[in-house]
Amino acid sequence: MGFFKNLFSSKAQKEKARKYKVGMDKTREGVLSHLKEVIETSKSIDDTLFDEIEEIFIMADMGVDTVVKFVDHLKDTVSLKGISEAEALKELIIDEMFKLYVQDEVVTSNLDIVDERVNVVLFVGVNGVGKTTTIAKVAHEYLNKGKKVLMVAGDTFRAGAIEQLEKWAQRVGADFFSKPAKSDPSSVMYDALNYAKQNDIDLVLCDTAGRLQNKKNLMNELEKIHRVIGREIEDAPHETLLVIDATTGQNGLSQAKIFNEVTTLSGIVLTKLDGTAKGGIALAIKEELGIPIKYVGLGEGLDDLEHFDLEEYMYGLFSGLF
Amino acid sequence: MAFENLSDRLQMAMRRVTGKGRLNEKDIDDMMREVRLSLLEADVHFRVVKAFTKGVKEKASGEKILKGLNPGQQVVKIVRDELEKIMGEKAVPLTINEQGLTIIMLVGLQGAGKTTTVGKLAKFLQGKHGKNPMLVALDVYRPAAIEQLKTIGQELNMPVFEKGTDVNPVLTAKEALGFAKDFNHDVIIIDTAGRLQIDQKMMQELIDIETAVNPDEILLTIDAMTGQDAVTTTKGFHEQLDITGAILTKLDGDTRGGAALSLRQVTNVPIKLMGLGEKLDQLEVFHPERMASRILGMGDVLTLVDKVTDNIDEDDMMGMMEKMMSGKFNYNDYIKQLKMIKRMGSLGGILKLIPGVGKAMKNQDIDEKQLVFVEAMISSMTKDERKNPRLIERSSSRRRRVAKGSGRKVSDVNRLIQTMQQQVKMMKQMKNMDPSNINPNNPLGSIPQPKQKKKGKGKGKGRFRF
Repeated sequence: MGFFKNLFSSKAQKEKARKYKVGMDKTREGVLSHLKEVIETSKSIDDTLFDEIEEIFIMADMGVDTVVKFVDHLKDTVSLKGISEAEALKELIIDEMFKLYVQDEVVTSNLDIVDERVNVVLFVGVNGVGKTTTIAKVAHEYLNKGKKVLMVAGDTFRAGAIEQLEKWAQRVGADFFSKPAKSDPSSVMYDALNYAKQNDIDLVLCDTAGRLQNKKNLMNELEKIHRVIGREIEDAPHETLLVIDATTGQNGLSQAKIFNEVTTLSGIVLTKLDGTAKGGIALAIKEELGIPIKYVGLGEGLDDLEHFDLEEYMYGLFSGLF
Repeated sequence: MAFENLSDRLQMAMRRVTGKGRLNEKDIDDMMREVRLSLLEADVHFRVVKAFTKGVKEKASGEKILKGLNPGQQVVKIVRDELEKIMGEKAVPLTINEQGLTIIMLVGLQGAGKTTTVGKLAKFLQGKHGKNPMLVALDVYRPAAIEQLKTIGQELNMPVFEKGTDVNPVLTAKEALGFAKDFNHDVIIIDTAGRLQIDQKMMQELIDIETAVNPDEILLTIDAMTGQDAVTTTKGFHEQLDITGAILTKLDGDTRGGAALSLRQVTNVPIKLMGLGEKLDQLEVFHPERMASRILGMGDVLTLVDKVTDNIDEDDMMGMMEKMMSGKFNYNDYIKQLKMIKRMGSLGGILKLIPGVGKAMKNQDIDEKQLVFVEAMISSMTKDERKNPRLIERSSSRRRRVAKGSGRKVSDVNRLIQTMQQQVKMMKQMKNMDPSNINPNNPLGSIPQPKQKKKGKGKGKGRFRF
């Protein structure tokens, strides 16, 4: 019974979670506040209530498999502990959720970036998830930490992608590397890394073209990009981040699986969490593949990228309950 | 292909029922749970799923079904009919004015694919409706959004109206109207910045643009991979703007695209078009009734037919069929055929539209490079060899020469020859086939299928024979 009390008694925690809450409060129709309603209007604990709870979690895109398993477990626990009041369910749900996702987990959301080497971070993902914008935000963060940052325009395919990254680079004051549109992205990486070595760059942020994970040829291209980076700089890329749009449904799992096969992901960036979507798919990804969420995007401003904190995120999810 | 997994699940749920003579209440409950979970997994909104399974259950529980001879088939039919009902029964066409100017405006969340779709839609209207479109760039917020549209405009050779990022989009929109009239454009397509439906200030901008230009169509662009939130988004946009339809993008992914099912049901907004790739010609009319078939794994033959008729000269086709059937098919025809297929678009995409093939190919990738290799080999043949396939069949030195000339292996040339022979043989069989023997439920069943099972080994992996 520890997590529930911990979470909601610690003031510092609440303050830290404020930003998440603000971001996620924009929800007009709070998904999980339904949970409150459902539980509070239910007199007894029965199958109908469990069905409704199941639906609410599914609505947060938390992964059908995970949710079905979770609710089954909930049912067992309820009968085991002889819980009969619906109100007591709230506490149980939160405790079980934390056990499922948080327990024994010491995950740092910091990127693996160290001094005395050229650090390379590769950003991958399907089309339109916000890779380019995320790169600008990460660049901004590390420029503020006094690093010399290079942004590499690896999306040579989509119209305007190079210009988009270039504008961001100017805005945040990062170095920028590009080759003409339609260039082979691997050759862009090759040249960019050489540029980085010659110019004492601390951190190279590599953009890539959005690609759907079922496009074999494009995934091969990505594999090559990954390989070329590793050949130029030992152990690079030091981080490969999959950018996922919070509105994504179950397809997010397929994205994570296939991108992970091709590039070995080190983390997830969950963008657009300031909308009405809860981004529960990131939890499903963590549960199924063990890939940690490193950042969440909470707006279009340069400062609207937060290091992910699972507890805070859970707090954001469940704050509507009370 | 989108929905493929959903159809797998549904088919699995149905399989247990199909063998059975009778259904009891529990059978139906079990099946409905499978249907329910698979639809939820496909991102169909949970309220839609509820209504759907309820409707199916009521119909399936009717006495007629339980006593019927083949209840499984009947349940499949009910599921399909209900799916069609939810998807909307007919394709809803775009409102395109015959006379005067048609104004179309695209709206949606960030990253849904509006700008690319604006280009696609322009090409679509030019090609299918003979229109003379002009594009209008109103996304003054995302860096380089205007440049992106301008690049697309250049590619399409169409003008893009823009006033830079310092002018209020509402003013630009108004000005664009006058410009379009002066230069005799009959369609303008407006690209707007992506925004959240809960962002009051940004939504007000859209309302102001709507008031200023009074569009014939306001199309909500929505990502097919969207989860449960699709309904919230659509509702939000619909409540504030007069949304006339939706465009579902990125349907060429492996998303099950259940959002499509939800949209019409919950918001009554018809899906009018679908995006199927990053190229500018990959936009198609959305046919809800075909989608329902696709969900059930019945293949999308009608889209295939449309594609073929759009891209192929009928005379050419008939000539080729005649040649094939008479057994006089040679390498010149072969290459013509390849070019036709190329024109129709992505090979993988086409094959997936054929019933049965979608499933068979699930984990195989059609390597379009193979087409290039085949072309190279045929180009390395002499004129005589191309006209008379037997020359190359009979002489190993000719085969070696072709392999050398095209940079392929002799085994590749042999495979090409085999494919050619098989095709001629298949066509001959087709000619001899009595049409009255064709099973109407499985028209392809009577055609001997070329052996495909050898795939997955070495170089020939993923090759599809023509």
